[in-house]
Amino acid sequence: MIPLNWYLILAAALFALGLFGVLSRRNAVAILMGVELMLNAVNINLLAFWRYRAPVHSAGMVFAVIVFAVAAAEVAVGLALFIAVYRRFNSVAADEINLLKW
Amino acid sequence: MGILSQPIGVIAEWLRNLLLGWGLSEGLTTVLLYLVGALVVATVVQIWVIFLIWYERKIIGRMQDRLGPNRVGPYGLLQPIADVIKIITKEVIVPRGADKPLYFLGPILMNAGVLLLWAAIPLMPMVGMDINVAALYIIAVGGFATLGILLSGWSSNNKFALVSAIRTVAQMVSYEVPTVLALLIPVLLAGTMSLHGIVKAQHVWYIVFAPLAFLIFFIASVAENGRSPFDLMEAESEIVAGFHIEYSGMVFAIFYVADFLHAFTIGALAAVLFLGGWRGPGAESFPLLGFVYLWIKAFLVYSLGVWARGTVPRIRVDQLMDFSWKFLTPLALVLLVLAAVLDHFVFGLGAWTRALAHLLMNVVVGVLVLYYLERHEHARARRRRMVAQPGQYPVARPPRPAVAENPTEAAS
Amino acid sequence: MTAMQIIFLLTAIVTLVSAFRVVTTPNMVHAALWLVAALVGVAVLYVLLSAPFLAVAQVVIYIGAIAILMLFVIMLTRREMRDRGPQTGKQWPWAAVLAALLFGGLVWMVQSVGLAAAPAADVPETAIADLGKALVSPNGFVIPFEVASVLLLAALIGAVYVAWTRRNS
Repeated sequence: MIPLNWYLILAAALFALGLFGVLSRRNAVAILMGVELMLNAVNINLLAFWRYRAPVHSAGMVFAVIVFAVAAAEVAVGLALFIAVYRRFNSVAADEINLLKW
Repeated sequence: MGILSQPIGVIAEWLRNLLLGWGLSEGLTTVLLYLVGALVVATVVQIWVIFLIWYERKIIGRMQDRLGPNRVGPYGLLQPIADVIKIITKEVIVPRGADKPLYFLGPILMNAGVLLLWAAIPLMPMVGMDINVAALYIIAVGGFATLGILLSGWSSNNKFALVSAIRTVAQMVSYEVPTVLALLIPVLLAGTMSLHGIVKAQHVWYIVFAPLAFLIFFIASVAENGRSPFDLMEAESEIVAGFHIEYSGMVFAIFYVADFLHAFTIGALAAVLFLGGWRGPGAESFPLLGFVYLWIKAFLVYSLGVWARGTVPRIRVDQLMDFSWKFLTPLALVLLVLAAVLDHFVFGLGAWTRALAHLLMNVVVGVLVLYYLERHEHARARRRRMVAQPGQYPVARPPRPAVAENPTEAAS
Repeated sequence: MTAMQIIFLLTAIVTLVSAFRVVTTPNMVHAALWLVAALVGVAVLYVLLSAPFLAVAQVVIYIGAIAILMLFVIMLTRREMRDRGPQTGKQWPWAAVLAALLFGGLVWMVQSVGLAAAPAADVPETAIADLGKALVSPNGFVIPFEVASVLLLAALIGAVYVAWTRRNS
């Protein structure tokens, strides 16, 4: 059997990679990809704890399902924003969108 | 157990003993057996495509008052084999500026998206993987085909390919919605997402329960496959040949095989979900007979698609989107809700009573839809007959000299 | 080492390598494809965690919808076919340090807690049916579920509104 630790360490690594992507990338879509990686890391954790701690209750799976819904909503709105931003700035590089900066 | 009652079981047992006799471990033998099974299914269905190509060309030819292939072999039966030999010897050309890994990944993903479907189809009693989320699985693997199309269109470095790929993906994503909704009706009736379970629950075929759902599933699947009349992805007059313009030789053949195989797979899925799968007289005791039944049913549904391909003209992009979002999706939603509510009341009754109740509901809904469409068409025809006012249409239309329906309009 | 552990390690390597390529590759379309690979890896992990429903849902949602949408947006928001210039900002060393610190801290925390190696119980046969009931029963999670549906609807309308082109402006 696979120890619970392995799942948690894998999720931690995935989360750290996602965080690195969010903080370092310039392209806004790439930042969104980093966020998706982090959400997936969270989901691995939720399901791992569900499987190892309380497999008879559905709560862990329900949380994961709701994370799916949030991820889908976030991507839909985020990508629509990027399209709108691209129309205005002709770019989706996060450091070129600096209208509010002075 | 005999070879007749459990053909696959006997062969698998023989193979397992053979492999164990060679000194392989238990776990490795199991993995090898799964691999052999997957290989056999994937190979058989892809070779079957050779026959499908001949059949389709012949039928389409007859519909267009031609003979179809008739030179190589009896009735031109060997024509596709000659084509295969020709296409294998053709050069595979990679256009300049193409993204090479993605260029080759595209067709592979597209073919995989179709072949993976066969993993979940119950070929005969007790044969085929029994996945308890199979109905969702067949939706999921469709995503790989979509991805493959988008990739091959993009990586070809050709604007027509890209336009076609984006058009195709928009079409596939739109028609996935009614497909899923129609697919949920058999799931709801059987109370399980496993395709084996759905086949077992069909004492009365689900096409009797839900003929409209069958139609929606069939139409939306054909549209997802992108065959005529939904073949906007390869509208020759608009975008040359579609997302696979740049492909040649064997790589193009993979697209071709995936297309035909997908059409037949739709037949198999419709047979499993609505036509009782392997069910038929004597199928329980002789599983091979069940396989034959499934194949015949799948072939009949496939022939329906060929018939539509030969007779219905291609529709426009706006009609395509309207048809999915304004007609199929709402209708499927209404049917799903009505089926759920109705089934709540008739669940305990006998299979035939239940089937008749559902059939009645479908007939009522169908008549209402036809009535609505009729009125809609009348209203459109009336609008078309009216004299155009300036500024009424975004596009200028020539004024008609004919008498207007409304005398005040004609006076002004 | 059992077969399950070997499968887990292979999947983990594929997932992490893909995730690494997602955040480092300069070509955005390739990044989206590496993301698909990473998400498929996560789906395999769900299967290992005996949650096949969520594994398949992961493939439907992430590959059938999210990855395709991302590819669309990547293709729509580029000035040329090929990306030029650096794709990471000047702050990337700091980001790397922060991510490494976070990873180290999490690993230290996980190791110091001392978790059970084996599951508490087997997953019941009716897990999927239970999930379905839990999502709609008043004693379960019907309110979060409905809120999530409203959120999705709001996101749908918001996305259409934000990306809408106004004819006259």
